[in-house]
Amino acid sequence: MENLTIISIEGLKKHFSMSGGKFTALNGIDLEFRKGEFTGVVGPSGSGKTTLLNIIGSLDSPSEGKAIVLGQSIGDLNVKHAAMLRRSKLGFIFQSYNLLPVYTVFENVEFPLLLLRLDDEQRRKMVMDSLEWLGLIDKLKSKPAQLSGGECQRVAIARAMVKKPEIVLADEPTANLDAANSHHILKTMVQLNKEFGTTFIFATHDDKVIGYLSRKISLVDGKVTKDEIKNN
Amino acid sequence: MIRFLLKGILRDKQRSLLPVIIVIIGVMLTVFLFCWLKGILNDSVELNARFNAGHVKIMSASYAKNVDQIPNDLALIGVDTLLIRLKKEFPEMKWSQRIHFGGLIDAPDSRGETRTQGPAMGFGIDMLSGDHSEIERFNLEKSLRRGRLPVHSGEILMSEEFSKKLKVNPGDTVTLISSTMNGSMAMYNYTVSGTIVFGTGPMDQGSVIVDLEDVRNALDMNNAAGEIVGYLTDNYYDEEKVGQVVARFKRLFPVTNDEYAPVIVTLRQQNSLGNMIDQIKAVGAFAVFIFVLSMSMVLWNAGLLGGLRRYSEFGIRLAIGEDYSHIYKTMIYESVLIGLMGSFIGTSIGLLGSLYLQYHGLDLSSMMKNATILMPAVFHTRITTTAFFIGFIPGLVSTVIGTMLSGIGIYKRKTAQLFNELEA
Repeated sequence: MENLTIISIEGLKKHFSMSGGKFTALNGIDLEFRKGEFTGVVGPSGSGKTTLLNIIGSLDSPSEGKAIVLGQSIGDLNVKHAAMLRRSKLGFIFQSYNLLPVYTVFENVEFPLLLLRLDDEQRRKMVMDSLEWLGLIDKLKSKPAQLSGGECQRVAIARAMVKKPEIVLADEPTANLDAANSHHILKTMVQLNKEFGTTFIFATHDDKVIGYLSRKISLVDGKVTKDEIKNN
Repeated sequence: MIRFLLKGILRDKQRSLLPVIIVIIGVMLTVFLFCWLKGILNDSVELNARFNAGHVKIMSASYAKNVDQIPNDLALIGVDTLLIRLKKEFPEMKWSQRIHFGGLIDAPDSRGETRTQGPAMGFGIDMLSGDHSEIERFNLEKSLRRGRLPVHSGEILMSEEFSKKLKVNPGDTVTLISSTMNGSMAMYNYTVSGTIVFGTGPMDQGSVIVDLEDVRNALDMNNAAGEIVGYLTDNYYDEEKVGQVVARFKRLFPVTNDEYAPVIVTLRQQNSLGNMIDQIKAVGAFAVFIFVLSMSMVLWNAGLLGGLRRYSEFGIRLAIGEDYSHIYKTMIYESVLIGLMGSFIGTSIGLLGSLYLQYHGLDLSSMMKNATILMPAVFHTRITTTAFFIGFIPGLVSTVIGTMLSGIGIYKRKTAQLFNELEA
């Protein structure tokens, strides 16, 4: 694994205005993530996991402090540049898959490549490769409604991986899956992490996920309480 | 990308079929109501034009001043020459001579003594020269209830109601008692050839129709006529065209002190028809405005809801890396496409329905029985140029504005909020 820092977070704070005042979701986070990590941000609900992932994913911006992702300061990005960062370098996996229901498996996976304006042939090859890694070749004409939960999540991983992003952010990716499917998905992600060197960052409190992590960051009330390297 | 989005629109019925159907219905109703109101205005105007006012009317200056009294002693004279000149100078008009007259219709018994009598309003129109335009204008063939139209000199048509009142049937002889152009008493016998029902109260109460030459003979009006009415050749009253005719007429026949000199008046200038036209137009325009506004609000909301329904989809697209402006633009392109399709189809259906009713009309004669003003019994729609695009106001503009407003909501939410809504 290369020892190259791709995410650097210093004194990160995030406040949300609420009717009764302000709520602090992240309260002074200092972290670094290196290329190829398979890391989980672990903690109870409301500990700030999703907020941290949103900031790393340029979906939100810091209230205080700095978050540098792939050399770009998230707080300084305008919406256009933030979208460009997500489009080209980041992949997202959601808890509830969030596939576009009217499109086929092939088209769902193809969508991120359309935003990158790749030509037809290039897109087709990349989508087919991605579906092949995930074992979905026989489902490419199916619609999400015709798939099982595990298959849907594999499509979501294929969609996140198709452009070969530097970082994949996965927010509770196994929350809607049974144990067998969860292990299957996690093994697939570990394999992709090893094969392509993609950095995976999870927000989770699922023990099954935690079992696969190489690094576990514990968050409580917006603060890092533990940062441990695991030997998997 | 465009192909990808089009696939989405076509496959998601709630994004395509449903909004298009809503737009079609809204636009169709807007177009139909517009044509309906135009038709009512047009029918009312044309009814008055056909029976009485013409699109323009030429009278002697003195006759025009006392037109309510039907002063046939002040009628135009030398009308043959005048008519030849009018036809030559105004080829865009159809001209007809008419004599309005009042009098008593006397129905004798078998001994020739008066059996019944009643006051009559008479129309002397050309029915026997072979030119059928006046017969068509008065819709005599369709209005005939009993008997037949006059085919010989000395025959008269009576309104059905009047004939029943006088207990007169086709084939009976009646006597017109009136006054000649020179002021002496006129008595002239006619044979009733048939009875007519126009379906409009005032025309059905006591009217008689006689061939123009017969009236001339009866009232000593040789080569004279109370009025010459003119109609635009397409039979639709057009104020601009009529205005041009009037201007040219005034240049050809400048105002003089001669009380028998011909003067021209337009339909608007007669019997307060101008006020009526303005009022119907104003009420019609208001009704159309209210309806267009209501439909606009409905379609605006449809656009708004369509956009709000897709917030989760936008959340996914934002997360994957599409930027706000691109999503906003695609939303607007979609609503333009749906608005255009719906407006086009809705306008076509609205126009087809209106076209049918423009030719066939809707018979409301049972509701118009007791009308005392000259109103049509069969209502027609009227398709004008505006009808071709008025539906696009609610159909296209409102739909797009609704979508634009819902899109602004996306801008106002932070990316993470949309993302969280997506996860909710």
